[in-house]
Amino acid sequence: MHFSPDRFRTTAPPRRITGSEMIWDACVTEGVSILFGHPGGAILPAYDALAMYEADGLLHHVLVRHEQCAAHMADGYARSTGEVGVCVATSGPGATNLVTGIATAQMDSVPIVCITGQVPSPLLGTDAFQEADIVGVTQPVCKHNYLVTDVADLPMVMKEAFYIAREGRPGPVLVDVCKDVQIAEGEFRYDMEVKLPGFDPYPASWQDALAQAADLINTAEAPLIMAGHGIHLAGVSDVLLRIVEKAEIPVVTTLLGTGNITETHPLSLGMGGMHGEAYANEAVQACDVLIALGMRFDDRITGRLDRFAKQASVVHFELDKAEVGKNVQPDVAVVGDLAKTLPALEPLIHPNTHAEWLASLTDRKLSSAGKDILTFELDELVPPFVMRQIWSETTNLRDPGDVLVATDVGQHQMWESQYFVHERAGQLLTSGGLGTMGYGVPAAMGAQMACPDKLVWAIVGDGGFQMTMQELATIQQEKLPVKIAIINNGFLGMVRQWQQIFYDKRYVGTPVLSPDYVMLAAAYGIPACKVEEPGQVAEAVRAANTTDGPYLIDFQVKEEVNVYPMVAPGAAVDELIRRPHIMQDHGGVVPAF
Amino acid sequence: MKHILAAWMRDRPGVLNRVTGLLSRRNFNIDSLQVSASEEPGISRMTFEVSGDDRTLEQVRSQLIKLVDVTRVESFVQEAIVKRELALVRVAVGPEERRQVLDLIQVFEATVEDISRTNMLIQIVGREEKIDSLIGLLRDYHLLEMVRTGPVAIVRSAVANVEPEPALEPARDTWQGGGV
Ligand SMILES: Cc1ncc(C[n+]2csc(CCOP(=O)(O)OP(=O)(O)O)c2C)c(N)n1
Ligand SMILES: [Mg+2]
Repeated sequence: MHFSPDRFRTTAPPRRITGSEMIWDACVTEGVSILFGHPGGAILPAYDALAMYEADGLLHHVLVRHEQCAAHMADGYARSTGEVGVCVATSGPGATNLVTGIATAQMDSVPIVCITGQVPSPLLGTDAFQEADIVGVTQPVCKHNYLVTDVADLPMVMKEAFYIAREGRPGPVLVDVCKDVQIAEGEFRYDMEVKLPGFDPYPASWQDALAQAADLINTAEAPLIMAGHGIHLAGVSDVLLRIVEKAEIPVVTTLLGTGNITETHPLSLGMGGMHGEAYANEAVQACDVLIALGMRFDDRITGRLDRFAKQASVVHFELDKAEVGKNVQPDVAVVGDLAKTLPALEPLIHPNTHAEWLASLTDRKLSSAGKDILTFELDELVPPFVMRQIWSETTNLRDPGDVLVATDVGQHQMWESQYFVHERAGQLLTSGGLGTMGYGVPAAMGAQMACPDKLVWAIVGDGGFQMTMQELATIQQEKLPVKIAIINNGFLGMVRQWQQIFYDKRYVGTPVLSPDYVMLAAAYGIPACKVEEPGQVAEAVRAANTTDGPYLIDFQVKEEVNVYPMVAPGAAVDELIRRPHIMQDHGGVVPAF
Repeated sequence: MKHILAAWMRDRPGVLNRVTGLLSRRNFNIDSLQVSASEEPGISRMTFEVSGDDRTLEQVRSQLIKLVDVTRVESFVQEAIVKRELALVRVAVGPEERRQVLDLIQVFEATVEDISRTNMLIQIVGREEKIDSLIGLLRDYHLLEMVRTGPVAIVRSAVANVEPEPALEPARDTWQGGGV
């Protein structure tokens, strides 16, 4: 043993150690046990010091094959645990490779700390080998960042970095450490208080607004909750459920809010927005009080803003004041931590029923969902069927609470959100704000590292998978039992769908060739199979779920299938394009596409 | 509408960059910007003018205060503040026109900071409009070079100075954006 466990108490006595040791001491003291990274010259002293921490079993370094994936893995780790994820990269190209992952975490409020090596401080600004101003580069896409040029600053910077990443609305923080600082010795302690006069993570003056909010909700005849990522971040889905049941209020979720309320719950309307179900969006356009909880009225959920829920009074519960009134001006804003505001709201909400309102929603639901969402053309392998089968086969075997799903970005992402039946908040890991292709596999890996006992599926497209499939090697090296489903439609499907609908079927740059994924997986020593017919789906999924270790399935699905419903950009959320066979049932015109 | 704001920030490397970067990436229209020390050691004060409706103003305020290094943001009611700017102007004036220019300068309570056979360096302090009109008049001569600080502002009395939270207008009403 190199270290006594006492060393990693916050109150451990000050000691003289190197900058490198400071970085890892801070991580261990913060409760970090896994690092996702890739070494290089400017971070070598830190890697060298890491040997002792690895030998003591305190930290485990996962070698990624591209730094973007280190950030996505830290993101997956953070989303699946609520803890800060940590990634490490060298200066210059290592650091710039992180950027997409940092921006992804920023847009979705995910707490990660990124540690990058930087050229020695005397060389800063000289265009030294592998010098990049990563603090300048990442400033617009992270919550905060630091350049450390003096070892005396490092302990406080590390402490602040974790604090800022975690507290308030979470987000990524980057710490760029000059190589000479990693080598230098200084005094390390971790018992100091973080004093950031400009950082107010939890605004506290929400009490007055709360009563007004409760009034509006209690007197509403057709209230609707729109629940976002904030519910999960604050860990209040149980409070949400109690409020929902007490006052009989139906719930629409955002993409990152899926599972905030179990989707089998009678009051759940599922996801709204661009690819939300028709009845969910119709409810938004018909409610009299819209109760937005921990969400930011992204354009994917609102559609055309000047036609969004105009009939409704809006109550907005949100931690980040800058989100209030940014897109939608609420009638009442409760600006504060949902972990406080929602429990405080609960006793103010009167038990209530909304029979008429719910009946109208049920009518809407029956006229679309019943036939709509569950009707599959079974003579061909269509993605919605594949999705539903993966879900049902997997939950036949495992408690749904034990299953995590990460998706990539595109059609398959929307089909996942529509056809998986999310049971709980945080079950789905997906890049909602930035829409980052390549996110799915590394995010699943990060989640699997963090939650070794969970069954983790990555649902990815043939396009996005090819952006980060080099991580199959990391999967094998770390023996991660993630299950990968490639929805292989031969296209950058979502873009092809837009080309079909808005660009007269000119498929420019969207046909995508794939390697033989079964052979590819074999090259990495990962078992895999190909699925070409509906009848093979269940068995393949069972094989994946019962194989110890990773498994890959290449679902060769029907190519030109579109995601419906769809709200075209610039359209109001209730002007959506319905699923073709539903339009037929309703005497509507089946669109030519 | 023009709003005048002050932001206080920790005097850290790159802090100016953080503030201006935020303003530009959020697409706020900044008309002037001025940074200086404040009364508190280690805290800089930035004064800037932003054009836009009340909604824009509120967004600028709440986005700025989110920056970790920004400790305070305030927006001012125009009537409640003293707002001043300084300009240095070099004009080409030979001996025969010197008298006229000196008269002008006196009227504006400006000062001559340097003088040579062929030109004159003038300093003027005051409200924006006053500076504008002197410069306008000096353009009748040959104006060689000019630099202006942009306004700095401070409230007249310690109380009742800060603009109340504005009543907000409805949301931006068109949206055509979005992609895949
Ligand atoms: C890094 C990145 N590049 C481009 C896009 C734009 N884009 C969104 S969806 C999509 C198609 C994804 O194709 P695929 O991974 O095959 O998934 P599918 O839509 O076919 O299910 C593209 C190119 C993006 N979201 N991210
Ligand atoms: Mg595809």
